[in-house]
Parts: sequence; structure tokens; C-alpha cells
Amino acid sequence: MQHTLRQVFRSGKFLVGFTILMTVLLIVIIYPLVVRHPPLQIIGQGTFFPPGIYVSTYDAINAPTIYTLNLSDAAARRIENRLSQDDRIAMKEWLVAYGVAEDEIDTEDTEKLLALWEANYNPDLRLPGMTFARQRYFQRVNASIRGLLSTEGAIIAERNPETGELQEKSIVKQSDFANISQVANVQWLLLGTDNFGRDVMTQLVAATAVSLIIGLIAGLIATTIGLILGLMAGYIGGIVDDVIMFITNLFTVIPTFVLLILISFSIGQDQRGAVTIAIVIGFTSWVWTARAVRSQVFSLRNRDHVNLSKLSGHSLFRIIFSDILPYIASYVVMAFILQVSSGILAEAGLSILGLGPRTTETPTLGLMMNWAMIYQAHILGNWWAYLPVLLTIALISFSMNLMNTGLDQVFNPALRD
Amino acid sequence: MSDIKGRVELKGYRRYFFNKLGWFAITFVFAFVLNFMLPRMMPGDPVAAIVARQAQGISNPTGVQAIYEQYTELFGTNKPMLEQFFIYVGNVLRGDFGFSFSQYPRTVADVLAASIWWTLMLQLPAILVGWILGNLLGALAAYLRGGFDKVLMPSALFVSSFPAFGMAVILLVIFAVNLKWFPTSGGYGYNLIPSFTPNFIWSMFVHYQLPFWSIVLIAIGGQAIGMRSMSIYELNADYVKFSRFMGIKDGRIVAYVFRNAMLPQVTGLALSLGTMVGGALVAEIIFSYPGLGTTLLNGVMGQDYPLISASTLIITFMVLTATFVLEILYGVIDPRIKATQSD
Repeated sequence: MQHTLRQVFRSGKFLVGFTILMTVLLIVIIYPLVVRHPPLQIIGQGTFFPPGIYVSTYDAINAPTIYTLNLSDAAARRIENRLSQDDRIAMKEWLVAYGVAEDEIDTEDTEKLLALWEANYNPDLRLPGMTFARQRYFQRVNASIRGLLSTEGAIIAERNPETGELQEKSIVKQSDFANISQVANVQWLLLGTDNFGRDVMTQLVAATAVSLIIGLIAGLIATTIGLILGLMAGYIGGIVDDVIMFITNLFTVIPTFVLLILISFSIGQDQRGAVTIAIVIGFTSWVWTARAVRSQVFSLRNRDHVNLSKLSGHSLFRIIFSDILPYIASYVVMAFILQVSSGILAEAGLSILGLGPRTTETPTLGLMMNWAMIYQAHILGNWWAYLPVLLTIALISFSMNLMNTGLDQVFNPALRD
Repeated sequence: MSDIKGRVELKGYRRYFFNKLGWFAITFVFAFVLNFMLPRMMPGDPVAAIVARQAQGISNPTGVQAIYEQYTELFGTNKPMLEQFFIYVGNVLRGDFGFSFSQYPRTVADVLAASIWWTLMLQLPAILVGWILGNLLGALAAYLRGGFDKVLMPSALFVSSFPAFGMAVILLVIFAVNLKWFPTSGGYGYNLIPSFTPNFIWSMFVHYQLPFWSIVLIAIGGQAIGMRSMSIYELNADYVKFSRFMGIKDGRIVAYVFRNAMLPQVTGLALSLGTMVGGALVAEIIFSYPGLGTTLLNGVMGQDYPLISASTLIITFMVLTATFVLEILYGVIDPRIKATQSD
């Protein structure tokens, strides 16, 4: 046993897969200890906030100490950030109409663009062929650029409770800075928010946990049923084998996916919890395990040590447990790993169809995917709503497949490199 | 002499054929019963749901009741289960799946007839192409080993770890949303009417690419891995070493190995067909491809059990038929089948 384990952990493929899976597991366990807000809490008002660190503007203004930092490129950066693409295109349009050579204007180079604008723009000039409305439009663009270039601070005013008038409270200068560690509310949204305004990262971790549990339950059920039926069919044989093989053959050709759809639909939305779905998946996916175990047991049944055990009058259970199971144990472990990973995939497929667990309690990877698809995150370019989910599913499934390949090579020497 | 041998072989094959045909029939009957039973055990009353939708704005309860009764009569949900079953069998034999709940007054047969060809035209070629490419790559990896194998194996493993819809989403985002090479959804341009004009055929072709390749890619991964292990087993077999000693050319040995490794892959395809079709149906949904997958989704959304039951029945029938054909082919390819059956 110890020897086998050492051999298994010496396999590079197994080790890589195992490390990936353990990392995912660790994150799933540790993250909720650090971030404690419930995964399905709606925090964002609006949909699909991009990933980033969100700083409370209110708290930043009211930070206990305001520091003054005189940075030479602060103004340039501010303008760069706030000059919209539309404004840049409008500026270019006016300049071209005015007579500046088009290849001289680069809308990406903020500094040069502003210099050109400063040198050439004249609000009173009416260019030939330009309507009055268009001229006014450029005047507005100019005004907003002037606003950007202003060096005045922003005034914070307060409403006087008695007179109702606004009173100046303080001025936020352009060189004012707050230290982010002194700002009361800073929210890390590493993966932004989803269509309902929920934190994707927290949700993803919770969903991964639930999906792993679904995979585990489904895998356990499927492997247990498959193992028991396979053992009975393979070892007892005869009529038992015939009956079991009849059922197995039936379920092999009826697509599992179809069964899953029909059963999940029949259970109905209200009854479908994560565990129910896991059980349904488990009860529909044991078939190939049963087949595989049966054929393995078949080849063991007439080995000498089994015959010896039979002659010694050992009971059926004892023969199965001590003479057959140890020989197929590695095989069963591999089948179990595959069942877990295909259970996770099956849940995801069902949820995409709208037949996954009911949506109110816990997120699952499939449900997150389903929400992202319904709200068209993929068309709108909101990658953070679906890509991390997909990668998590692929990573879990990949790590398990990798472990399996590694095990396969350890136990089937013919496959070794 | 050879005539007798031929006759024995034919007899063996015939037995194999009828055995498989019997299985096909039994499984189909079983699937049919399951298909009928499962959705009808669903809690809640689907008829009540459509009546609620149809009777919007009608405040008179007797009026609503009348509509309800008319619908139960129409769909036959007020009769005992057994009677419903026989009515259903009779109807299905006539190709009549009743009315669709969610798309009333369209019939289910009408809805399905519109979608079944899309699915057949998409999935059959895609799965076959994926299977062939995957087997070629897997055999090549086993034969060449080295760098090719080291790159191909992990990437095949990673690609096959993606759920089918995941591959679909990724292809969609890269090639349709960002690069804008292909359209994002549908089976043809929304501004076109199905016809045999070059314009329409081109539009169909363009819409076909992304769903097709996403199914192919997933199939390649899984098949390549299986074929690689099979080929390595065979390459290490004694007959290969013996052939090498005999001085038989490498090309011929590879042909033998490939053939022997192929045989389990044919069975493998038969066994994994159900899973592959399931994945491909979900991929259809991602692209809103007008096939059975999307129809199924609409059925689920609309609580439309005649539609769901008929779609799953058709899917089961298609998978069963494909499996049957594969097994028949397998009997032709694998000489051992004839040998064991004629004993």
C-alpha cells in the first residue's frame, strides 16, 4: 500500500493534477474564512461592474488625513483619463475641417492633440459647410476640454439645515491624496460583479464548493452502484449477470443526458436542490462503471487464489472483500475520479438548459454560467462573468483527468513512457 | 470448401445482426415508456399554466374554467394514465405528437420537423469528423512519441476537459464577438427566408462553422487520448515485435496496429455517442442554432411537456439508431464477431 502510494506520487502527471485540485480545494476552504459576506448578496446597483478595487469616493474625501503630493504628470494623466474617445474624434474632425493635415493628428497622443487644439481652435470661426448646430457642438466640446484643463479644486458644499442654502465646507484640491489604507471603505472586486450586482469572486468560490460536493455525491453514488452491480454480475454470474447486464445494456444506449433532462424536469423547479441534482446524476451515470467492474471481475473470478478461497469455504463477502476488491481497487479509484469530474460537467450542462438546482440558495458553476448566458455577458464583452467559471470547470476536470492518466500509467505498465 | 466457410460466416453474422436488432427494439420500447412516464410525474399542472397565459384579461372564472376544460380535452391530460399511454402510442405511430403547449397552436411534429434537420446536419458530420481527426492524432502521437506527443497529449486532455458549451462560448467570443468573422447566433441570417439561393446557402455555411468546430474540437480531445492509449498497447504487443524481427516494413506494421487499435474505438464511439450528443445539444443552445437543443430549451422554459417528451424521444431514437448502425458496422469490420457467433 505504502509502496503503491509512493509510486503514484512519483508520477508527474498525477502530481500536477493533484496539486491543481488541492490548490482549488484550499482556496475554497480558506477564502470564506477571510471574506465573510454571503455569496448571493446583491451589492452592486447595476449589472456587470468590471473587476478592480472600488474605493468609496465619500470616504476618500473624508479621510482623516489629506496628503498633498505634487506630481508633475498628474494633470496630464487626469486629462488622458477623462478625455473621452468621442471628444477625441470630434477634435480631430474639427481640426481636419480647419485644414490640419490628417496624418499629423493622433487621437491616442493626448498631449499633442491638446496642443494642436489650443493652437488652432477658434470658437467664433464658422468653417465652410458646417451647420450652426455643429458649430455649437464643437463649442461644447471645447468647454468641456477647458473644464478638464482647469486647475481649480472641487468644492464640497453642505446644505444648511436651517436656511436650505449650500455652504462651502471644504475644497478638494487637485493635489490632494488620501492613503488607501485610511479610507474606511475599499472593496476588492477581483472579478467584478455579475448581472444581479453580486460579487463574482465570492460567488465563484462558493459555487466551486457546491459543484465539487455535487460531483462528489454523484461520483460516490455512481461508483457504489456500479461497483455493487459489477461485482454481482461478474462474480455470481448466471441469471444475476443476465438481469444486470440487461439493465446495463438498456441504460448504455439511452443517452444519459436525455434521462437527466427528463428526470430533472419531472422533479420540478421547487424540489431541485443541489443535492437532489447530485443524486439524480449519480443514479443515471453508474452504467459504464458497472460494465468495467464486471469485466475486471470476470477475469479475476477463476484465478487460483480465488479458487483456493472458495475451496477453503470462505463466505461470498469475504471472497469479494479480500480476494477480489484489492485487485480492482486502483481501477475503482480511477473510475470514481472520472465520475466526479463528469458529475460536475453534467450539473453544468443541466443548469445551462435551465434544469439545474433552484436558483435561490446556493450558486453552482453551472448556474453562474447559465446567468451569464441569459444576460448575454459573452456578447457584451463582460468576460469576468463567464470566463473564470469556465476556467474553473475546465481546471477541475483537467486536474482529475490528469490524475487519472497518471494512475493509469502507474497501474498499467504498458502505458508508461 | 470456401463456399461452406462463407455460409457459416454469413450465418454467424446474421445471428449477430438479429441479436442487435432485438436489442435495438427492446431498448427503444423501454426508452419510449420512460419518455412517456417521467414528464407526466411532474408536479404542477402545465395545462393550468398555459390557460393562465391564454386567459389573461378574462375576469370571468367560468370562462377561464371553460378554456381549461377545452385544453385538458385537447391534450388528453384528464384521462387515466394507461389510456393516455395508448392514445400516445397510437398518435406517435401516426407521427402525431399533439400540440405544443408553449407554441400553441403549432403542433409538436411541426416544431420538431423544423429543427431536426438542423441537428442532424450539424451533429452527424461534426462527431464523425471529430472522431476521425482525434483517432488520427492519437495514433500519430502514439507512433511518433517525443515532442509531438508531449504537446498533443496535455492539450488534448485540457481541451477534452472543457464542457462542450465552454468550447462553444470561447469560440463564440473569439471568432464572432471579437474578430467578427462569423455571426454570433442562429442558423442563417435573420433577414433571410429559407430558400435555395446562393445568398442563403452562404449564410447557412457561415452560421454553420462555429457550432461545427466547437463540437469537433471537444470530440478530438477525448478520442485522441483513447486512441493513443490503445495504439501504445498495440505497439507494445508481441506481434509488433515479431513483425519487426521478420523485417516487415514499418508502414505495414503501423497499418496493422492502427486497425487493431481502431476496433475498440468504434465501440467507444457507440458508447460515448449519447454523451457527445448531449454536449452538442448544449453547444447548439449557446449559438441559438435552430436545432433540437434550442427546441428542448424552449420546451423547458415554456413547461411544455409534449415538446420535451417528443424531442427527447427523437434524440433517443437518433442515438439508438446510430449505435445500432455502428454495431452492425463493427460486426462487419471485426472478424472475431463472426467467429464467436458461428460457434
